[in-house]
Amino acid sequence: MHWRNALGLGLALFSSLLGAMSTVSDRPQAVAAGSDDGQWVRAAGDYASTRYSPLAQITSANVKQLRVAWSFSTGVPRGQEAAPLVVGDTMYVVTPYPNVLYALDLRAGGGAVRWKYEPKPAAAAQGVACCDVVNRGAAYADGRIVFNTLDAHTVAVDARTGRELWKTKLGEINRGETMTMAPLIVRDRVLVGNSGGELGVRGWLTALDLNSGAVVWRAYSTGPDRDVLIGPAFRPFYAADRVANLGVSTWPAEAWRIGSGTVWGWISYDPELDLVYYGTGNPGPWNPEQRPGDNKWTSTIFARRPATGEAVWAYQFSPHDVHDYDAINEQVLLDLDIKGQRRKVLVRPERNGYVYVIDRATGEVLSATAFAHVNTSQGVDLATGRLNVSEDKTPVLGKVVRNICPAAPGAKDWQPSAWSPRTSLLYMPHQNLCMDVEAVETSYIAGTPFVGMNVRMYAGPGGHRGQLTAWDPVNARTAWTLKERFPVWSGALATAGDVVFYGTMDRWFKAVHARTGELLWQFQTGSGIIGQPVSYRGPDGRQYVAVLDGVGGWAGAIVSGDLDPRDAGAALGFVNAMRDLPEHSGKGGTLWVFGLP
Amino acid sequence: MTRALAPLLALLLLGAAPGTPPLRVCADPNNLPFSDARGEGFDNRIAELLAAELGTRVEYTWWAQRRGLVRHTLGAGTCDVLIGVPVGWDAVLATRPYYRSTYVFVWPRARALDVRSLDDPRLRTLTIGVQLVGDNGVNTPPAHALARRGIIDNVRGYPVYGDYGRPHPAAQILDALVAGDIDVAIVWGPLAGYFADRLAVPLAAAAVTPAADPTGLSFTFAMAVGVRKHDTQLRDRLQTALDRRGDDVRAILDAYAVPRAEVPR
Repeated sequence: MHWRNALGLGLALFSSLLGAMSTVSDRPQAVAAGSDDGQWVRAAGDYASTRYSPLAQITSANVKQLRVAWSFSTGVPRGQEAAPLVVGDTMYVVTPYPNVLYALDLRAGGGAVRWKYEPKPAAAAQGVACCDVVNRGAAYADGRIVFNTLDAHTVAVDARTGRELWKTKLGEINRGETMTMAPLIVRDRVLVGNSGGELGVRGWLTALDLNSGAVVWRAYSTGPDRDVLIGPAFRPFYAADRVANLGVSTWPAEAWRIGSGTVWGWISYDPELDLVYYGTGNPGPWNPEQRPGDNKWTSTIFARRPATGEAVWAYQFSPHDVHDYDAINEQVLLDLDIKGQRRKVLVRPERNGYVYVIDRATGEVLSATAFAHVNTSQGVDLATGRLNVSEDKTPVLGKVVRNICPAAPGAKDWQPSAWSPRTSLLYMPHQNLCMDVEAVETSYIAGTPFVGMNVRMYAGPGGHRGQLTAWDPVNARTAWTLKERFPVWSGALATAGDVVFYGTMDRWFKAVHARTGELLWQFQTGSGIIGQPVSYRGPDGRQYVAVLDGVGGWAGAIVSGDLDPRDAGAALGFVNAMRDLPEHSGKGGTLWVFGLP
Repeated sequence: MTRALAPLLALLLLGAAPGTPPLRVCADPNNLPFSDARGEGFDNRIAELLAAELGTRVEYTWWAQRRGLVRHTLGAGTCDVLIGVPVGWDAVLATRPYYRSTYVFVWPRARALDVRSLDDPRLRTLTIGVQLVGDNGVNTPPAHALARRGIIDNVRGYPVYGDYGRPHPAAQILDALVAGDIDVAIVWGPLAGYFADRLAVPLAAAAVTPAADPTGLSFTFAMAVGVRKHDTQLRDRLQTALDRRGDDVRAILDAYAVPRAEVPR
């Protein structure tokens, strides 16, 4: 036994040495500050999910000189939603299914493949995934790159060699579970969640041990408190939520077992409060009239202890959701002066169309302000925290309900915002879509005919389908907004040079002024952009900006999935709003890296 | 010479005329009674019958009936025909229907429940299983009809995809009936007909009445053969074959005890 301990210690020392050599930063960061070491070790940049780069070589004055430094084809022509990671002198890119992980050498101009790792996920997973076969990125810590595969495994790979360290099966594709989200690593815990909300999957967040890949805890989104990891420490802000086993009692008998609430979006971490924050997806797979009740804890944000998973508070954005308003968007952790008082808040631009400012210690909603055209609800009652739902916009089988705004993807979907501490603005990529819902067509699955719900999405007021909005969360108002032809399905990036970067589905990578929104520079890529731009300092000491092209995802499935533009109901109705996308973008899958001359 | 002859011989051995392209059928390899990889489903049998009538053989592309079925099969061009699609499904071009079936109540024969109507008061207390399709807010017609009657708490849902790692996953709702987890199930007819005498406990079934809901929801569906939307030529050939072999098609459906329904008036 002794020799094994000695060997373990040796390995630990070796890996920490490697960590030091590549100037790896795992230390807790000031909540609102970006990583200042020039690396980009997780999809959101920092634990607060600001996607803010403190690098300032590229500025609003010189960004017009930006040019391609190098590019790289991933060879996977599907929707590329991932953020590239940069650790030391290596960039890591994970592709959509088949989830290839590339390590690219940033020295000597950059782009040479150091190694590639192929997890070879089960091909059947493609038929289970709802909305293209995307992956939202990897995470780095302690010499390991960790990411999820479409067939519901989490893998850890040696960042230096590409050797597989562990691979853990977390879900079952044969029951409809896939995994698409980017993990978050907190100390020695890897936090991951599942996808597959429409298929009767029961949602969960799971913590794995970073060293071994063993499952440490799993917190379900529905069911009895012991499954949801609700215990004595649970103190939600609103009294109505302080009742035992709401994950059971807010459903018809047994329906919670297949109640969805999947965890396919973003996780943030506050090291000071030692809380992780994440949201759950919409309820399913029953039609709404078959699941009366609030359907807890779907469309909910949770605050949990990363070590144990224990829930500290929860807040349900959309009780008894009927519109597919998942609550999985990013939460940006900020310290803001609200009504003259410094508050630890999280800012959440939510799918239901409101920007929520929530006290992140207690779960109290401080404000909830519409940032888009919303008619499915009329605001949030701040006394109870409850969304005031418009009953006339509830889809009912056998009835045509028109002009439901926002449409099923919400006013804003997964595409993550960026925050600049220099401007105190949140840069939100989002969409402007409404929908009609009617029961018309006969549909068919696995030998069972039924009457399908025909969903047709289309541009909301103004006729544009996408926007980038700079939002002032303190004053709860729009500072400026840019209209785009298509939904802005890419992430945003803000930099200390007062530049905001984002991509469009019609193939433009744009740099705009963080204070005014003025277009400073744009570059036309080969395919539309739905990925997450990042910025890093290369081994040559210079600042770069990187983004993947490759249109797809739910919004771009018409191109990446070769859907028929005449089939208005395809991709759950999204195709109707995207018929002209094929005229503006073909498939892609190329990494673009930009620098100053 | 020998190399050139080999494929020809292979075709002759299969009984097809040389040069006749195969009937390329898209089918689920694990979805009895409809189809499986061993050709044991009634869709398999009908495919073989139609291929024989067209003087060729069946070539299968297997694809589990999940999302993107049409896109990954007909749409991708890997196969040309879907056997057993509902009329009115606008993802395909269909022949005229060759049968109409209905959703049915199913119960263990020994219990003699004999449930026939959605308005049977016992449905308020019995535990009822229904098939869940999980297609964003939509379910099978009986699930909607029960909900409309306020029958909710005693209804259990069984995802129609089931656990695909097990045989004929769609039948897992009937396994629940056998296990006593539910008292009565409401399923699409062919499933009940086939499994009625094949499980540990014999089952009885009766068509759901009334045959349509006041909301316009029907419990019967007419089934046809589907092809790509513009493939009228193939559709017409299949229609001719169906017309000529109508009696044989009906014999296959009878052999699988597929419940038939009248066109509702």
